[in-house]
Amino acid sequence: MVLHKLTLRELQDKLTQGEVSAREIVHAYYLRISQVEPKIKAYITQAVDSARAQAEALDQKLKNWRRTMPLMGMPLAIKDNICTEGVLTTCASRMLGTFVPPYDATVIARLRGQGYLLLGKTNLDEFAMGSSTENSAFGPSRNPWNLGYVPGGSSGGSAAAVAADECVAALGSDTGGSIRQPAACCGVVGLKPTYGRVSRYGLVAFASSLDQIGPITKDVADAAVLLNVIAGHDPQDSTSADVSVPDYTRALKKKDVKKLKIGVPREYFAEGLDPEVEQAVRAALDQLNELGGEIIDVSLPMTGVAIATYYVIATAEASSNLARYDGVKYGLRSKQAKDLLEMYMKTRQEGFGPEVKRRIMLGTYTLSAGYYEAYYGKAQAVRTLIRRDFDAAFQEVDLIVTPVMPTPAFKLGEKIEDPLQMYLSDIYTISVNLAGIPAISLPCGFSKVGLPIGLQILGRPFQEETVLRAAYAYEQATNWRTRRPTIR
Amino acid sequence: MNVAYEAVIGLEVHAQLRTQAKMFCACGTTFGLSANTQTCPICLGMPGILPVINRQAVEMAIRTGLALSCTIRSQNRFARKNYFYPDLPKGYQISQYEAPICEHGWVETYVNRVPKRIQIRRAHLEEDAGKNIHVSGSSHSRVDLNRAGIPLLEIVTEPDMRSADEVVAYLKSLRDILMYLEVCDGNMEEGSLRCEPNLSLRPVGQQGLGTKVELKNINSFKFVREALEYEIKRQTKVLDEGRSVQQETRLWDAEKGVTVTMRSKEDAHDYRYFPDPDLVPLHIAQDWVEELRKTMPELPSARQKRFVTEHGLPDYDAGVLTSSKPLADYFEHCVKLFGQPKTVSNWVMGELLRELKNTGTSAANSPVSPERLVSLLRLVEDRTVSLKVAREIFPELYASGKAPEHIVKEGGLTQVSDEASLEKMIDDVLAKNPAQLAQYRGGKEEVLGFFVGQVMKASGGKANPGKVNELLKKKLAG
Repeated sequence: MVLHKLTLRELQDKLTQGEVSAREIVHAYYLRISQVEPKIKAYITQAVDSARAQAEALDQKLKNWRRTMPLMGMPLAIKDNICTEGVLTTCASRMLGTFVPPYDATVIARLRGQGYLLLGKTNLDEFAMGSSTENSAFGPSRNPWNLGYVPGGSSGGSAAAVAADECVAALGSDTGGSIRQPAACCGVVGLKPTYGRVSRYGLVAFASSLDQIGPITKDVADAAVLLNVIAGHDPQDSTSADVSVPDYTRALKKKDVKKLKIGVPREYFAEGLDPEVEQAVRAALDQLNELGGEIIDVSLPMTGVAIATYYVIATAEASSNLARYDGVKYGLRSKQAKDLLEMYMKTRQEGFGPEVKRRIMLGTYTLSAGYYEAYYGKAQAVRTLIRRDFDAAFQEVDLIVTPVMPTPAFKLGEKIEDPLQMYLSDIYTISVNLAGIPAISLPCGFSKVGLPIGLQILGRPFQEETVLRAAYAYEQATNWRTRRPTIR
Repeated sequence: MNVAYEAVIGLEVHAQLRTQAKMFCACGTTFGLSANTQTCPICLGMPGILPVINRQAVEMAIRTGLALSCTIRSQNRFARKNYFYPDLPKGYQISQYEAPICEHGWVETYVNRVPKRIQIRRAHLEEDAGKNIHVSGSSHSRVDLNRAGIPLLEIVTEPDMRSADEVVAYLKSLRDILMYLEVCDGNMEEGSLRCEPNLSLRPVGQQGLGTKVELKNINSFKFVREALEYEIKRQTKVLDEGRSVQQETRLWDAEKGVTVTMRSKEDAHDYRYFPDPDLVPLHIAQDWVEELRKTMPELPSARQKRFVTEHGLPDYDAGVLTSSKPLADYFEHCVKLFGQPKTVSNWVMGELLRELKNTGTSAANSPVSPERLVSLLRLVEDRTVSLKVAREIFPELYASGKAPEHIVKEGGLTQVSDEASLEKMIDDVLAKNPAQLAQYRGGKEEVLGFFVGQVMKASGGKANPGKVNELLKKKLAG
């Protein structure tokens, strides 16, 4: 029995049937990690001792305990910008290279409450700023389908770990596509919930009005299982919504999309879209049509300004969110400083990488006196228009289907010297964050060189059920999920 | 020839709200705990933490706004004020910028017994910073974040004040209101009430405003006056010498009694305010405001007016008595037991207030309870003791906490009213003063006063003056 190849639900069954113990699960996964991790580099920290201790304790309990919990004994990987009490949380930054939070993020407390096992903390672009994990202070992760390619980002470590069977499932965070884009690159499923659906408490903030935590899994059903656990109102996060949480696994009963209207935004199938990607997405639309969906052309006219809008708002918020890393209280403090001003400057100079510095400078500039209205004020106004585009489209359709990114995964080093090219890889995912709506990314094919291609399905706010239903129907009607990478 | 200048002064007051918990986390708000023991990941600004608005702080702000006759804004947004300082853990302060919770109010005060209305521009909620601690001889400073995150209400006036007297009067009235509402303990020395005046001069008669200087580091009423008076003199001198006042922030140096430059206009921060994306807009429903309006205590100015109309007190008495809620409560308690508001007022404003001030005690903790004071007043009323004796024994009453009856009895201070004793004293006095007696008998009746005085003196002040008068007249007529 090869445990690491199982989905979360399959592994859960084996554990509850008594076919396997939590200790064996942990053992199997660390064995797998030891085999492939030198090539993939998905993890920043492996929580081996605590995972083993948790597994032992769980096995003891299971001896005379018949209760089951959705994540009991499930070995998960957590993106390293989500705080885990007592376990290093670095954000892939030298600034927090030694930071051990004294508290759990709300999502972690919820996972704990359902008996999960923390295998480790996964790699990301520093403070989630990037699309390739190449901005990690601890080196890039690799794409399990081809080690010369990036796994996407910023949740590249989580996506690579799931694709390489180094965990059964993972959590990522998505500010402009950071769950969906790496999921597409790595051929796995990534769900960005509605803004406010999942608590942000304990997620180290990049851009507070855009950040959202979500699952990265081997299939759609596993995403529903994880979302069931992490979704819901949190009094510690005033931006989390007090909206009731359905059982998302019930959305998986129907294996069709009958009576659903599916919008195809013409602006997403324009110049810059790789033909292989377009072909795969169009084929997926045909499939959805066969499954009972009505395909309708829609327009999202503001699409062209989404990236500019995003880079004003996200960097402005980031410049403020990252001000706390000043060397006073925790994290890095430069040893070279002779006075307070030097302590600030040298600490931030040594602690942050180039992309983080670039975004702090951009954001500081756009919030400055005399520029605020022209940049931040204007960007907020455009954001409202982008949201209205989606509101209008969702008057006509129930779902919108698009590519996740314009190309399959790119090569390591290909875009790192050209930030604008890098930013463009998020062109299809960014609007979703600005509008605050839910979206899922799942495999819909492979390029000629064997790299996965992702399909994105967008829904109305708090309509994750409909998104999951369509994703599941498509997934079950196709065989993409059975193709697994050979790591070499 | 020197021009006469007029000072134009506005005030920013930071009032620490007496909430149970901090503005955005559950930490307590106690003053003076050992460093960094009143902190949590939220007020330490750790990565990933989020603020949650304290409802009690919002309620206190609304109640203060109502007391200051402000409009309460229904749509509130918190903003981030970005700047680097070691006592500011997040690198920004959560405050309100474009949309303050309270706007357009006023405070009525008395300046040298003349009423004056000071306009309130706005009052907004924000969180306090921590404190840097500079250890002498050490190359490093330390930071104490116990205070970080305690809710503040920043109350900003229009530039309506023209003298240090007006500023002190306004500040006292504002403090009275905050203390009446029990939203701030008003302690300037401990920093729970901080004031930052801004001041400019202009030639008398001119409408436009001169260049403004902001003053910081003022932590008592005395320093408010001294700093303003110093700054008025300094700016006057600068202008008289034909130079111009620089726009800057100056620190009050209490030891030297001067203000010194802290930072100039060029060094002013760009705070890069923007709406805090971690907090959703705060909607204050009118129902909530009306609910809170019902909980408002009677405020100093209303109570003062009522003391005049209901108790028939002079404006001045009413003003003094209502300047502190415990003192006004004390007064009304006594009146309820005894009546005679003016008599009670004289005692409370005179004997009691003097002792309270000398011992730095609030009327709420007076060792002489309203019941005890009324007992003393009754002893005077039924002529058991003279007014003079009653006044003389008050300090003892205050210091010992004994019952007045007890002190009178112990000291043998009971007023002498029995006719036999008094007649004997009168006879003695008349016998010793034959010349005056002759004058009286000769028709000079004002000599009666002289005899009364002599009898009182002979009795050691204990003789009942009314009785003495009555008996003397009888004797002299006979």
